[in-house]
Parts: sequence; structure tokens; C-alpha cells
Amino acid sequence: MSILVDENTRLLVQGITGREGTFHTEQMVQYGTQVVAGVTPGRGGQTACGAPVFNTVAQAVRETGANVSIIFVPGPFAPDAIVEAVDAGIPFVVCISEHIPVQDMLRAYHYVNIKGARLQGPNCPGLISPGKAKVGIMAGDIHIPGPVGVVSRSGTLTYEVVSHLTGQDVGQSTVVGIGGDPVIGTGFIDVLRMFEEDADTEAVVMIGEIGGTDEEEAAAFIKDHMTKPVVGFIAGRTAPPEKRMGHAGAIVSGGVGTAESKMAALRAAGVDVADFPREAALLAAERIP
Amino acid sequence: MKIHEFQAKELLADYGLPIPPGQVATTPEEARAAAERIGSTVVVKAQVLVGGRGKAGGVKLAATPDEAAEKAAAILGMDIKGITVQRVLIAQAVDIATEIYLGVILDRTAKAITIMASAEGGVEIEEVAQESPENIHRIHVHPLAGYADYQGRQLAFDVGIPSALSREFGRIVKILVQALTENDGELVEINPLVITEDGTIQCIDAKINLDDNALYRHKELAALRDLAEEEPAEQAAREAGLSFVKLDGSIGCVVNGAGLAMATMDTIKLSGGSPANFLDIGGGARAESVENALRIILDDENVNAVLFNIFGGITRCDEVARGIVSALPSLPRQVPLVVRLVGTNQAEGRAILEEAGIVAADTMQAASQEVVRVSAPPMEAGA
Repeated sequence: MSILVDENTRLLVQGITGREGTFHTEQMVQYGTQVVAGVTPGRGGQTACGAPVFNTVAQAVRETGANVSIIFVPGPFAPDAIVEAVDAGIPFVVCISEHIPVQDMLRAYHYVNIKGARLQGPNCPGLISPGKAKVGIMAGDIHIPGPVGVVSRSGTLTYEVVSHLTGQDVGQSTVVGIGGDPVIGTGFIDVLRMFEEDADTEAVVMIGEIGGTDEEEAAAFIKDHMTKPVVGFIAGRTAPPEKRMGHAGAIVSGGVGTAESKMAALRAAGVDVADFPREAALLAAERIP
Repeated sequence: MKIHEFQAKELLADYGLPIPPGQVATTPEEARAAAERIGSTVVVKAQVLVGGRGKAGGVKLAATPDEAAEKAAAILGMDIKGITVQRVLIAQAVDIATEIYLGVILDRTAKAITIMASAEGGVEIEEVAQESPENIHRIHVHPLAGYADYQGRQLAFDVGIPSALSREFGRIVKILVQALTENDGELVEINPLVITEDGTIQCIDAKINLDDNALYRHKELAALRDLAEEEPAEQAAREAGLSFVKLDGSIGCVVNGAGLAMATMDTIKLSGGSPANFLDIGGGARAESVENALRIILDDENVNAVLFNIFGGITRCDEVARGIVSALPSLPRQVPLVVRLVGTNQAEGRAILEEAGIVAADTMQAASQEVVRVSAPPMEAGA
């Protein structure tokens, strides 16, 4: 098994005819993901990457039965795309786009919740269930199927850890990049809960970074609800305060969001916290029952 | 992005907030003229985008125009946390009876607009949060429901605003929420909001931080960016489309991805070195971005070695290697480069690097150790 996406995923790509959308759709198709439709307003009736293009998400869902959407439209238009997807009944929306105004994201976040849908991202690399489906922009070939679930706020740092897991022949159930923005749809706790319930996930690697208190809250959840081993890594212990480190959400502000606080909270919850990304992979490999 | 107090006050005064009259001055003469126009005791306030200017001596009372000129002369040119004061705000002084903190933020944890108030005004809110968190009152505005008038009233009672002023306080709270919403603020803060001896409310300081991602729809606010207060290297990086933060170490870092960039800095530190910067070069790592990145990093004279940490993924390693090699001849000075390059086409990438005589390392840790070794910080040379 795996979480969120698998061989039954019928993927819709919003912004399929854009540069990023086309490139990554080709990669996803090549990986074996079922891309059933694309949406670009005004391009309905065309074909892109082998999939029919529709003017609206509602029409695409009606005609193709798409059940997951991935969004590649530019940031300012992404909240609109998220709302369109959930209005069309898509239960799981993955938003890759970055540079979305936080206020727009707050409204979209609550609207998605009211509709009972799930949003992953924005400003995220997507997710992959190795061997089943890739819904994102990560390189597929560094992943192999297996028992470790990975959840992370980062992109390339996740690839780094995954490549060390794969290098030891330790595969992954699902790798979920939750995104580097201050307001994101799916958080650590949501993914940890799914991994805890997933029969095929035996251990979890959680990759956090400075900013906010999500890791501290996840630590409390791990302590109270996780029976599976969790290994942690936190990036940014050398980051100066009040400076945004690339990701909009990666900022130590008013003393809140330090790496030290997050590492301490995770350790107190019984999580093994690695000093190096490679060490996180090694620890996870040791923890597989 | 931060804007200055005088800019924040101008913006908020337009919404109808009670703000004592004031004027910006860049010379003692202008300060004198401003104080004359105001016609009463004034406060001379350094306009810098860093906190703690009061403690640094950047805020002074002046009873007469001459005194205002004198205080302005002392404050202008003063260094506050590395920033040279170029402007002062001359503002009418008020008789303070009570100081209140009032702030509105986009709250990532609560997923809402949060209004915060505390009876301990004039103190930084972080300090209150540390020492007496129970004194901070919070109300969450749901982004879909918007602000409701009862919320301002409730806050007035929570903080202990006199009944006669609770309606006015509620009006101010509502305006702050509106100003945050309409201008895409991350924070709009009045600290302190004061109740004067004669029983009125005045906003005597104002702070606004804006959401960078929303500046595209606020051209007039984006134009307020104070380049003089930006680290020149960070400014150059922003113009080159690179995500860069200057640090005070000696090892330059060029990394793709923000999380990996932070982890690379941490690994350098754990390997006994000190990172000179955070830099996310983005997905492509084309020759042009590599060249811009190296130029900005090497401008810092403390830098004596550079580590590239590129996890190729979909980016092709041979392209990155070509980018590095083609950037080399045009660099302002030569320092040892250590390159860690993995991912698609890594063998081709490494061959290109080796041909150019650049060391390629296998892992992040090995690369960090190598760059620390070749950087040989002068301070420890004799140790």
C-alpha cells in the first residue's frame, strides 16, 4: 500500500500547456502515472502530453473521472485553481505553484476544508508512491518501493535523504513534500497519521526546517499517537534570526521557530534526530522492524 | 518587506487613525522647521528598519525647535545595528497616561488573521510573550467570515480600555484589520497605542510588514523599499533572481533548493567551518546564475572557498557542470571550489569538472569536510 496516490490515481493537470506543466506532465506520464486530463482555459479540445485538454476542471472531471489534481499555474492564479478544483469535486489537490500571497492562501485553505477536500502545498514538490504514481516534480528514478514513509517541508533535501535510503536498498511507501510556505494545506500531523494507519509503512522520516511550530506540534502527536518509529531531521540550525531562508515559511521570528526548539521537541517525543541528511536515512534503515 | 514608521503612519492616517502630526527631516534645519510648524514639544525619531532604536538612543524628546535641531543632528548619521540613520521623524509629543500594545498579524499557526492586544504597551511583544504570556489577548478573524465588530469590543474589555473609549478602540482595531487585508500586510502594529492624560487615544508608533508575494499587486507599496537599508549583496542577489542571505563565515555555498541549502550550511558548521551565506540557485543552475552567484559570494572578502552542493534530480548534472566551468574565467578572483554533484548524468558532469581541474566530492559530508580543509581560516592557521 501507500498513502494518497497509487495505481488508481487518475490525474488532472491544471496548467498542462504551460512550460512547467508540460515538462513535468511528460515526466509523470513517463513514470507511469495515469494522466487523464489537462485544463487550460481556452485550449479545450486540444491534446497535451497524450491527454485531452479541457476549458474547465468541472468538464474534465465529468468526462474523465479525474480524482487528483496537480496545479502548475503561476502563483497569483493558483488560489483560483485550487477553488475551481474543489468546486468540481476533486478530493485531493496538489499545488506546486509558489509565490502565492499568504492572505489568498488562507482563504483557499479554509474553503478546501469546508468542501471536505484535501490540499497539499502550495510551494511543494508533490508526492510519489514509488512504482505506482508520481504526482510531482521530483526525479522518479531515485525512488524504489518499500517500507519507509517520508514527509518533508523541502524538495531537494528530501531527494538527498531518499537517495541514501535507496542507496541502502531501503524503499519508500510514499514520499510527501508538504511545502515551504507559512500556510499549507496538509501538514506533518496529517501525513504522520496516514503513515501510522498505512499497513505497508513501517518507519517514517520527518524532515523539518526552521519557522513556525509545526514540528513541535508534530512531536506532541508522535508522542501520543505514533507506534511506528520516526526519525527526524531539522534544517537551519545555522540560520540567523529574522531572515527568510529561501522558503517563505523558513524564518525564525520573535524567537519562535528555531531548529533547537524543534530538535528538542522531537527528541522529547522519542524521535531519533539526525545531524546529517544521510544519517537520517541510515537511522531509518535501522529502525525498520 | 518592511516599510518605515513615517510611511506606515501616512498609510494608516489615510484610513482615519488618530496619529499625532509629524514630518520627516533629513537635516537639523528641516527638523527645526518641522518642530516650529508643530508648535509644541516633539519627539525626534530615527527612521530605521531595525528594532531597538529607542535603546540605541535614536528617539529623543525636544521641547523647542532649537532642541529638535540639536537632537536631529545627534541622531542623523548615527549607527543603529549597522544601519546609518538618514531620516528622522519629527512628531508631536503627547501626554501619556496608559500604553497599550495592539497588533494584527497573518497567523500561520492559527490559519487566521490574529488581533493581539496587551496592557503592557511600549514593550516588544516578544518580550511580553516570554515573560507574561497571559497578558496577551488574542482574537482570531476567520478569513472567510471577516472581521466582526464584537471582536474589537471584546478586546477592549479584555485589555481594560475605559468604557468611554471602547467604541473608539474598536474602530481602531477594525481599521487595522482592514489595512492589513487591503495592503497584504503580514503585520500591522501600533506599539504603543496610548491613552492620553486628557482621555483620547493616539497611535504614537506604527509598524507595517508586507507580504513579498503580494507586492505585485501593490506597486505603490513595492516602491517604498529602502535600498539603503539592504545588504548590497542581498540586493544584487534579489536583482539576479537568487535567494541569498549573507552570513559572517568564510565558506561560500551554492546549493539548489532552500532546505538543502540550509542543511549544507549546517553540515559545514558541524564539520568545523563557518558558512558565508545561504544561497538557493533554483532548479536550472545555468551558467548565468552560477556566474551571478559566484560573483556575489566572492565579493565578500571573508570568503576563501566555495562549496557547490547540487542534487540534480530533474536538473541534468552535465548542464550544471558546464555552467560552473563556463563561469570560471570571468570571476573576480580565484578561490578553491569543491563541487558535490549528484543526479541525472552525474558521470558526464563529473568528467567535465575533472577536465577543468575541479574537485568533485561524493557526499555532502565529504564535500563539507573537504571545503573546510581547503578554506584554512587564517584565524586558526597558527593553532
